Amino acid sequence: MLIFEDSKPGRRAALQAPQAQADTLDIPSEFLRASKPCLPEVSELQVVRHFTRLAQKNFSIDTHFYPLGSCTMKYNPRGVHRLASLPAFLERHPLAPDVHSQGYLSCAYGLQEILKEITGMPAVALSPMAGAQGEFAGVAMIRAYHNSRGDKQRNEILVPDAAHGTNPASAVMCGYKVREIPTASDGDVDIEALKQIVGPQTAGIMLTNPSTLGVFDRRIEEISQLIHQAGGLLYYDGANLNAILGKVRPGDMGFDVIHLNLHKTFATPHGGGGPGCGPVAAGPRLAEYLPTPRVGKDGDSFYWLTEQDCPHSIGRMSAFMGNAGIILRAYIYCRLLGREGLHRVAEYATLNANYLMKCLAEVGFELAFPERRATHEFIVTLKKAAKTLKVNAMEVAKRLLDYGFHAPTTYFPLLIPECLLIEPTETESKEELDRFIAAMSSILEEMQHEPELVRQAPHTMPVHRLDDVKAAKELDLVWQAE
Amino acid sequence: MSENVPSELRYAETHEWVREEENGICVIGITDHAQHLLGDLVYVELPEAENNIRSGDEAGVVESVKAASDVYSPLSGEVIAVNEALADTPELVNQDPYGDGWLFKIKFINHAELEELLDSESYNEKVAAEEA
Repeated sequence: MLIFEDSKPGRRAALQAPQAQADTLDIPSEFLRASKPCLPEVSELQVVRHFTRLAQKNFSIDTHFYPLGSCTMKYNPRGVHRLASLPAFLERHPLAPDVHSQGYLSCAYGLQEILKEITGMPAVALSPMAGAQGEFAGVAMIRAYHNSRGDKQRNEILVPDAAHGTNPASAVMCGYKVREIPTASDGDVDIEALKQIVGPQTAGIMLTNPSTLGVFDRRIEEISQLIHQAGGLLYYDGANLNAILGKVRPGDMGFDVIHLNLHKTFATPHGGGGPGCGPVAAGPRLAEYLPTPRVGKDGDSFYWLTEQDCPHSIGRMSAFMGNAGIILRAYIYCRLLGREGLHRVAEYATLNANYLMKCLAEVGFELAFPERRATHEFIVTLKKAAKTLKVNAMEVAKRLLDYGFHAPTTYFPLLIPECLLIEPTETESKEELDRFIAAMSSILEEMQHEPELVRQAPHTMPVHRLDDVKAAKELDLVWQAE
Repeated sequence: MSENVPSELRYAETHEWVREEENGICVIGITDHAQHLLGDLVYVELPEAENNIRSGDEAGVVESVKAASDVYSPLSGEVIAVNEALADTPELVNQDPYGDGWLFKIKFINHAELEELLDSESYNEKVAAEEA
């Protein structure tokens, strides 16, 4: 039900309180609209009910365990949002002079310093406005580095087959050819295959560590040496930073550039499509190419570093300074947690994942990498169940909704057939994890004894199975008046 | 799952099938096993006709609600026709992977490449090994 369907001509919600009227007399008449905008005409109570009902149908982190984890939305503390919404932040104009922006600038500078520490990199730019834009910036910096050295025959970026789909896309956007590297059976990069592929044409490699397979690549230093010896650079995809916060630093692993998803790890909700924020941190080789603007400090005052200060910068990724509100949230989150708190995030994220993994294996689920320790997430494969019991991963995910749990990621990473990628995050209690294990165990019983119940799930949701094929083929997102 | 692997076709490791027609022309598609793994297709991207491609090159993309997968050309040669019907009806690949769901035709330049492809028996073995 759309709110437009409640609309009756002439019905409206009166203002609650008198509002100051801005003087609009000086708008030239050619810019004034002749017809009213097409908005729903509804009463205040109708609006309240409409949105309350929608909210009640929502499966959200505020109401349910959400094993999509930091990949989509971990719990973001309320206080962070409240502080980032202080009027002095909200009302600051992006073109306000530096002297009137010292508060905001000091927060942004503080975040740059914190992210330098977390990544082990000497310089940070906050301006990219999404993870993919951060990736683009990072690869563009690699390109600028090779070009500045006249090393222009390097035309390939190596990407493991377990990578996020954005990695090859970013490499192609920067004009590179993508070479795929296979994964060894233990989940690490196939280093023998890598040796065959790396060479004088290699511009760099894009890696996520821990990888999308939920394991930490143990031979990262060897990979790093291989690439550097061939003259290539290493790019770190920070999507899985939640697992290693304060524990391992990409700079120490040998990476030259990293993007971080502030909207995953640092207290901004990500699910729903944004807005995001993908700062880039760079090692000594790439620091001079970081995007502008960045924040500099002179004595006690802060100022914008622009193209004049950074002549080799790849340029601007956004108007103004990026997504200011998300930068603020990240800064406040880090300051509220402190160094020890950030360490605890990684510790509990991995502890919760490993506890869940062991318990699910004990009740009978098959793990994709049973011999490996989980990072902040792990993979269950229903490959055998799909064959013998004819119940697949999607159906199990739907059945979880009936038990009051949001489904985990399904069918990603693509390397693992019939997979569930489960990430509990650091904020779930043991009791909640035990309830999830009990639900999964109960679903396993149903798969064996009442498979039809699982195949037809969900049974208790406002809608049954959505026609995702039709939705993908006939995308229809806009309501239009008759 | 009884998947169809016709014995008269040749197969690539990457799950494409090849049917030799007359005059050095081959028809290429994806196997029943591949379409089954992908699930319902929503989009198929094909190579451009008259393009020259080499064996192992990416020749297109098949996209389902689960995943997007590259299609690789099993043969080198010139693309002489593509299945235009798939633009509006990608589901043909699911319904009839070896018939109406063909992807493109190629005029191949090296018969040895065709010889090197898997026969139905080896392809069946490969699929069984992957499933194990």
